[in-house]
Amino acid sequence: MRLRLGKSMSLSRILLALAVPALGLAAWHLATSNRGYSLIPPPWTVAVQWWDLAVGGVWNDAYSAMLMTHTLASLGRVFGGFALAAVVAIPLGMLIGRVPLIRNLFDPLLQLLRPIPVTAWLPLALILFGIGPKSAFFLVFLGSFYPILMNTVFGVRNVEERLFEAAAMLGVSSQAVFWKVVLPASLPSIFTGLRLGLGIAWVVIVIGEMTGVQTGLGAIIMEARQMSRTEVVLCGMVTIGILGFLSDQVVQLLGRWLLRWSPQHV
Amino acid sequence: MFDRQMQPILDASHLTKQFVMRGEAVTALADANLRICKGEFVCLIGPSGCGKSTLLRMIAGFETVTEGSLLMWGAPIAGPGQNRGMVFQDYGLFPWLTVRQNIAFGPAASGLSRSVVAATADRFVRMVGLEAFADAYPHQLSGGMKQRVAIARVLANDAEVVLMDEPFGALDAMTRERLQEELLDLWAKSKLTVIFVTHAIEEAILLADRVVVMSPRPGRIIADEKIELLRPRDPTSPEFNALRRHLSGLLGGAH
Repeated sequence: MRLRLGKSMSLSRILLALAVPALGLAAWHLATSNRGYSLIPPPWTVAVQWWDLAVGGVWNDAYSAMLMTHTLASLGRVFGGFALAAVVAIPLGMLIGRVPLIRNLFDPLLQLLRPIPVTAWLPLALILFGIGPKSAFFLVFLGSFYPILMNTVFGVRNVEERLFEAAAMLGVSSQAVFWKVVLPASLPSIFTGLRLGLGIAWVVIVIGEMTGVQTGLGAIIMEARQMSRTEVVLCGMVTIGILGFLSDQVVQLLGRWLLRWSPQHV
Repeated sequence: MFDRQMQPILDASHLTKQFVMRGEAVTALADANLRICKGEFVCLIGPSGCGKSTLLRMIAGFETVTEGSLLMWGAPIAGPGQNRGMVFQDYGLFPWLTVRQNIAFGPAASGLSRSVVAATADRFVRMVGLEAFADAYPHQLSGGMKQRVAIARVLANDAEVVLMDEPFGALDAMTRERLQEELLDLWAKSKLTVIFVTHAIEEAILLADRVVVMSPRPGRIIADEKIELLRPRDPTSPEFNALRRHLSGLLGGAH
């Protein structure tokens, strides 16, 4: 398994990628430091706060050394909801793409529900699952469900007819064709759906954790806002950004390995 | 075995194919009669729209019969089957499988043991000379190599009839010549029956025992010529040229 880090991680590319964030950080520093009062705390204050959140020992308040607890809570909901969405959406997408009866049964309903934003489901989720982590889990599931489903259907419907002919002449039964042809041929598209779905999961988790959830990065962002601890809000945002980025990298790495046969993914 | 050789492996009589296009019935193939014996190398030749690919696809079982009958060993062809293998012009390889896995696909699908599948795959990888590329994916191969994989895939599946739909049409001239030689070599060493669709007269004379000439709209068989030149055939010989003129005349009359 070659990861091709050499090509994508060259020094000049890293420097270029860091240039704009460094400028932004400098501008932030200049705009907020050395003033009596600033609505937005300067970067150094946020860094100190983040350190306190991570390991404690600076403020020793309700937030100290709690980062891991909140992070694990959010990670569990993001990956739990996302995994459940994948487990439901991929088989359903394959059936909708290949079996006309299933398509006629589900497609109109799903198309009708799709334009409803995930956020609009929040009140209903609270009624259905109560105030608490279950609602957040449900919203994450719903948010990542559609991109995975839509891309799976697209991938399955775009398998070259030629490959079905080839499989049939080589003696593959029409049931086995699902696993031997349809699934691998639509894998690039399914992966695109997984990436999009995981991205949306991180967007939705904050909304899901904003009402009545005790732990989680969304929960501390919301709570710190009410207590005017803007530096904690910023710490939560930065942490979500980093986690979202890292989890996307993991999915990409997995995709690059699974799709090493595909010229578009090498 | 002797009985089988008397019986044609493929027998088409009054075979007709109609498609419905934009609400209108189009006759792609009209009243075709053709008998092919085991081990024959038959070329179907004709301009585009003459139904040669349709006939090939019907033999493969990819298209249904509208009228007439199409038999293999006396039984009607009802769908695709392992005894007939198609080599497509656009290869039709599975892009997610390596060369070896593509070749092993048929044997694996028929439920042979792992060791038999592996041995079969290795044998056919060697037969088409792709040992160095056995673990490469199709997108890493040249067109000629891809077509070798497609041929090996059909042979590894133990097909009796190899159907080839302009298989070398997308290749450059030198690769095409090499693959033509290799194909004749494989055919001579086996008991394969080959049905080869082309629109190149020279390719047909170079390869075939019999050239079946077709005309378009509706597709019909207008001539069935035996080619009795000894192999290897010399495209510059007067006999070759005479055949070329003859077939060219038949095709010219069809336009």
